[in-house]
Amino acid sequence: MVGLLPEPFVNADSKAYWAAAKEGRLVLQQCADCGHVEFMPRHVCPKCWSENRTWTDAAGTGTVHSFSIVHRAPLPAFREDCPYVVALIDLDEGPRMITNIVGDGAYQVAIGSKVEVCFEDRGEAKLPQFRLAGAGGGP
Amino acid sequence: MTDTSLRNRVAIVGVGESEIGKIPHMTGLGLNAQAAKRALGETGLKPSEIDGLLTAYSMTEPYFMLGSVMCEYLGLKPTFNASMVVGGASPAVMLKHAAEAIVSGQAEVILCCAGENRATGQTRDQAVAALAAVGHPYYEQPYGASIPSFYAMITRRHMHEYGTTREQLAQMAVTTRDHAVLHPNAHMTKPITVEEVINSKPIAEPLNILDCCLISDAGGAYIVTSAERAKDLKSDPVYLHGIGEYHTHEHLMCSDSLTEFGALESGRRAYNMAGLGPTDMDFAELYDCFSVVPMIEMEELGLCERGGAGAMVEAGNTRIDGQLPINTHGGMLSHAHAGAAGGLFGIIEAVRQLRGQEGKRQVASHDVALVHNEGGILSSHCTMILGREER
Repeated sequence: MVGLLPEPFVNADSKAYWAAAKEGRLVLQQCADCGHVEFMPRHVCPKCWSENRTWTDAAGTGTVHSFSIVHRAPLPAFREDCPYVVALIDLDEGPRMITNIVGDGAYQVAIGSKVEVCFEDRGEAKLPQFRLAGAGGGP
Repeated sequence: MTDTSLRNRVAIVGVGESEIGKIPHMTGLGLNAQAAKRALGETGLKPSEIDGLLTAYSMTEPYFMLGSVMCEYLGLKPTFNASMVVGGASPAVMLKHAAEAIVSGQAEVILCCAGENRATGQTRDQAVAALAAVGHPYYEQPYGASIPSFYAMITRRHMHEYGTTREQLAQMAVTTRDHAVLHPNAHMTKPITVEEVINSKPIAEPLNILDCCLISDAGGAYIVTSAERAKDLKSDPVYLHGIGEYHTHEHLMCSDSLTEFGALESGRRAYNMAGLGPTDMDFAELYDCFSVVPMIEMEELGLCERGGAGAMVEAGNTRIDGQLPINTHGGMLSHAHAGAAGGLFGIIEAVRQLRGQEGKRQVASHDVALVHNEGGILSSHCTMILGREER
């Protein structure tokens, strides 16, 4: 028994993010005052410190900024998935996030690869993942 | 405005490192105590003369109030006690806080120490899992992102933007190991080759295990006092010329860039305080948790041009007999890495080299040195410039 993969942790900052993911939507927080769009939900806008936060649907598409193929898992739960792809992607809306590249041809990923969102079941929740644009497979 | 408030006001007057490697007969606190005793021993001061203590943190022995725990363990009753929690940048940031406390009269003799029994105080799986906590618990850890994977993505981006080669990265690890071979207390002293690094076990592509720092049992300590008091002690003082810090993020997803980080600004502040520049440095001790990191720091700190670190390392210019020796003790890749102590050994090495005590691995010119510590994923930075003369 290696344990289950970690499930999303829902807190006051991220409740809407994970609720949307559960519906198969990737959402981003936007500042209602300065318009800045950011990844990683938070109580204030990191640019202007406004507390007026809104949520906007992301297109779910982006570009690989960099990636690594992990052979030594940080937690036993990930061991049987090794090797797997961890990537930093630039969403078309601008923000950068960490994800996995999954699905067909995932190991052929390169800097600059176009990717699209898909969702993996984690317990009762869903985790946003990405696959190469147009590729099948994945969760 | 140039801040020169700490220039030549304090000196490091004692340095010490514990036994290093796999040391199952000692605790983390014991390793700190041994390093502290050795550092204090150089100065001729008595433990009761220490009136300030700076510590970092311990993941292997996670005490709630590490500074106070260290006080009671060492029998100290300081008037100044604080703990730095900026990851690997902590030992350098300690010197800045120590200097500020001494200049403002809060303390006169300050012990700075860090270290853990990471190799034998926990299992290897526990060590790796504890380090995974550096990744964001909600937005990075669910993806199985490890610390090596973060630095691997930085490495790949450096290769992509500047053409840095796998062989150049491997050469960084090889040169560093060659230096550790000359150090009597280094954890790893078996020479390695570029081919061995490239063919070693993959951890997070493109990084292999020989691109990654060690997991050691080790403690390090140094003693800081005022420049005036330093003159009365039995050891050769090493003066602080300049120091600067800069903090930009913790998690890699929140970094503006994968090739440009906060070392540029921490270095600028240190150079300005010292009134010196990169070409004045005789050697440098750079944070090297992974092979690409000292190369990025060389570029950020102006020790070579952007994208030029790979060629400089490959040409042998960072060797002990090269034009700018780097990580002359063997760094964290080969000398020791034990939590917050990793970068502290770079400070210790700079002090010893500046004193001219290093024998076989002594650098030829040793008037001024640069030491850089970074913490997190190139998140927190502190640069210091040290020298053997007041200038």
